[in-house]
Amino acid sequence: MSLAKPLPAARRRQRGRAAPYLFVLPALLLFAAFKLYPIGWSFLLSLHRTVAGTDTFVGLDNYARLLDDPLLWTALRNTLVVLAVQVPLMLALATGLAVALDSSLLKGRSVFRLGFFLPMVTGLVAYGIVFSVLLNKDYGLVNWLLGRAGADPVPWLTDGMWARISLGLALTWHYTGYNAVILLARLQTVPRELYDAAAVDGAGALAAFRHVTLPGLRPALLLTTVLSTIGTLQLFDEPTVLTGGGPDNATLTLGMYLYRHAFTYFDFGYASAVAYALTLLIGLLGLLQFRLLGDKP
Amino acid sequence: MTTSTRGRTGRSLLLTSGLALALAAVAVPFYWLAVGATHSSQELFSSPPPLLPGGHLAENLATLQETAHFGRVVLNSLGIATVYTLLAGTVCTLAGYGFATYRFRGRDTLFGLLMLGLVVPAQITLVPLFRMMADLHWLGTYQAVIAPNLALPFGIFLMRQSMAALPKELLDSGRMDGCGELRLFWRVALPPMRPALAALAIFLFLYQWNDFVWPLIVLRDDLTFTIPVALASLQGLDETDYGAILAGTSIAAVPMAVVFLLLQRHFVSGLLAGAVKE
Repeated sequence: MSLAKPLPAARRRQRGRAAPYLFVLPALLLFAAFKLYPIGWSFLLSLHRTVAGTDTFVGLDNYARLLDDPLLWTALRNTLVVLAVQVPLMLALATGLAVALDSSLLKGRSVFRLGFFLPMVTGLVAYGIVFSVLLNKDYGLVNWLLGRAGADPVPWLTDGMWARISLGLALTWHYTGYNAVILLARLQTVPRELYDAAAVDGAGALAAFRHVTLPGLRPALLLTTVLSTIGTLQLFDEPTVLTGGGPDNATLTLGMYLYRHAFTYFDFGYASAVAYALTLLIGLLGLLQFRLLGDKP
Repeated sequence: MTTSTRGRTGRSLLLTSGLALALAAVAVPFYWLAVGATHSSQELFSSPPPLLPGGHLAENLATLQETAHFGRVVLNSLGIATVYTLLAGTVCTLAGYGFATYRFRGRDTLFGLLMLGLVVPAQITLVPLFRMMADLHWLGTYQAVIAPNLALPFGIFLMRQSMAALPKELLDSGRMDGCGELRLFWRVALPPMRPALAALAIFLFLYQWNDFVWPLIVLRDDLTFTIPVALASLQGLDETDYGAILAGTSIAAVPMAVVFLLLQRHFVSGLLAGAVKE
């Protein structure tokens, strides 16, 4: 029969059906090999104890150990303090910055937009080192300037509370501009007519911000909140370079704690249990944030 | 009329100078980093701290070379980041195109699976990945640094968002002309995507250039170190030479800032297209 071979058009359609899979296949294979597989393996590891390179099945022992590990709770508390204090302050600052960058009153907007974004380009190690030198108690520029203004030197990195503040300052420096740019992009999609209508209704700047700007920003605020939360819960580079987790574990984070167990003590099972606890926490907080900020029009 | 114009000008001046002040504060670490790179440790930790460039840059670079093979380290970083950008850029672009322009069974599920990578903390995979690399005998090699992050979820996300803007008519007319799917991608879809590709490339390069934890875990020999790993290892020394470290930090940060300034138009717009479009 003449139909023994498929018609060219049909064959092309056949090939067309496979095409999308071929495009996404490299990504999926790599993702499966280097992400999904390790995620599964990590769970198995969390049920084992590694001694001298041999894994022994211990069930949920590692998870039980989590519960009465005082240092873990310290790390959790430190991380949650950053989450509760630094993230809201930074996002408020970023919102203000975005509104300012969006204002027609501002001259040279593109220069500002760029300038505030620039810290994001700096690697975490690089800016950690710069901040650690700037904030040196005895020789740092910051304390020298404070001294000139007649203030006593501040133990930025050597006192527990100040070390947390320093960490917050460094994080704010690094991420505020980035969040502001995301918020700014969203802001530019808010119809100008809404502001005009608000003005006609006699709304002042503050009322317009509350009733037009904030609702318009909701999706971008959700995005920045969730991204900042995920980032904060995984916090590792900054405290490692800036404070080493000290003084006296005041800036020890969950990320550092996990890393320490895995690559200093080689306690892979326990490190994996910490990682799963962390994932659970991220999932729960993510859900909560979607509940609070999402859905509603 | 005149009063309100004057009021507007006044408020404009107030806002602009206020933000300029804030920007100056943000810029201080950059300025001071560049200044610090040109001073000896002794000068750095004297009172008052140096505020203007000094004369020790060459000496600091020599120390870096001596203690950390820094020339080699910079080449490592450049090489790793370049290869990574090319490979990951290809993987992410192909996937982004596939997800954005085709409708196929399981598309949303597969995409959702990839996006899981954004939410699951990277630390969860560190230990198994480390063991995988050990089993593959890849510890201490460049491919161990590069391979695990090639399918970067954020890169795929970015590309899908950008590719979604491709007009369907453009692709269909290419098909009518008998263009194969791969040729269609290469000849029809990619050219108008140049700004998005530039944004992706900058993002991937910066990501790899600044990455710290994973290279720290898999790299062994200081001849294979990347810049962040080398800097961190220097900082851990007993007698830390901060002049040298700041010179190295400048090399890590300043060229990137300059490249970013040159290409930022693509980057910010490309990133924004990915971040906020719904």
